[in-house]
Amino acid sequence: MNVLTISKIRDGTVIDHIPSGKALEVLKILGIKRGSRERVSMAMNVESQKMGRKDIVKVEGKFISEEELNRISLIAPEATINIIENFEIKRKFRVSIPESVEKLLRCPNMSCISNDNKEPATPIFRIEKTDNQVVAVCVYCGKKVYEIEEYLV
Amino acid sequence: MSRFRHLISIDDLSKDDIEHILKKTDDFLEAAMGRERPRILEGRILVNLFFEPSTRTRMSFESAMKRLGGEVINLGSVEASSVAKGESLADTVRVVSGYGDCIVIRHYREGSARFASMVSEVPVINAGDGAGQHPTQTLLDLYTIRKEVGLRGLKIALVGDLKYSRTVHSLIKALTHFKAEILLVSPEALRLPEELRENGRFAECSLDYAVENADVLYVTRIQKERFPDEDEYRKVAGSYRITARMVRDSDVLIMHPLPRVDEIAYDVDSLPNAIYFRQAFYGVPVRMAILSEVML
Repeated sequence: MNVLTISKIRDGTVIDHIPSGKALEVLKILGIKRGSRERVSMAMNVESQKMGRKDIVKVEGKFISEEELNRISLIAPEATINIIENFEIKRKFRVSIPESVEKLLRCPNMSCISNDNKEPATPIFRIEKTDNQVVAVCVYCGKKVYEIEEYLV
Repeated sequence: MSRFRHLISIDDLSKDDIEHILKKTDDFLEAAMGRERPRILEGRILVNLFFEPSTRTRMSFESAMKRLGGEVINLGSVEASSVAKGESLADTVRVVSGYGDCIVIRHYREGSARFASMVSEVPVINAGDGAGQHPTQTLLDLYTIRKEVGLRGLKIALVGDLKYSRTVHSLIKALTHFKAEILLVSPEALRLPEELRENGRFAECSLDYAVENADVLYVTRIQKERFPDEDEYRKVAGSYRITARMVRDSDVLIMHPLPRVDEIAYDVDSLPNAIYFRQAFYGVPVRMAILSEVML
């Protein structure tokens, strides 16, 4: 039997079924970084029946909108979200792929207008899914981004 | 009712949209030659925003607008404009969209035309965004093919730089709507990238085979800067040069987006196969069709 390596949370969000090794990118997508005040616990390379190995992230005391959570699908399309209130699972759902994301990725094409610091061209990517792969397409120059975690802002 | 407000990429157009523009172009042929004077854009102003050099595209847009009774204002040289003072493209577009009824833009940044369309109050037409898109060139290429040989059952050979030429890439995307058979003739280093071969019938072949079998040779320039040394460039470029001797006895039609350097010899110009100057002329009626589409 698996031993739970991180404790339960009272109120907050548990993000489960993150591909092994991607927990830090998930935190980055959620804007949780050094200096953030949320209480965060994280387990990496936990045994999983479904995935072999997986990561789990628990964020306590921060309300995360569904829109924000759906951004996680870009790197963890199978992730499940548990909204916890008073130690109970209040809601459970799987992330769904957003139609587009703003200010999350930067375009790898250095000639793209969105990489011109002088211009107020907010990076916007249309998200497409093809045979188990999530692809972000720059709305300005059309550049397709497959290695999404490399271009997180 | 316009089918589209802006024209940024050929990918934004359906086959139906493309056919609509090509059909509309027929209606403007006489006017493009000055034989009719439909003043349907009288009182309208076209704003030409060219941040990069252009002869054919800029002048054919001007000609198209004036043939339809409209007027044109130009950014002029970038050095003499407020761009030289560091003004952003966003501000320039916002300001000049108050000066006219449509903006034609050529800019060195990819995606600049799409961005301009997001901040402009008036329709935006992309006249080339760096290595990105140049949809009016693609439409005039398609019109030329349709007019001269027809798009149905077309066998076209693309010759030269198939790796970097944006003209070729956009044309390929558009041709897949028409199920054309596409022959690829290029040096090894300038082959068509695999991802562009997804939808369509492609075959690589020699230039001789293409001359014998294709309806159209679409020739593009092989650029010197793509090669590590000049000798290599000369050797390769020379073997893709079209001469009168090669095509005189063939029915193949020769197209080129122009400007040419030396990939088509001057002795080809007088042959009935050479249609590249006609192709450049078709830029006027095609742009008349586009201008009237976005402004009326």
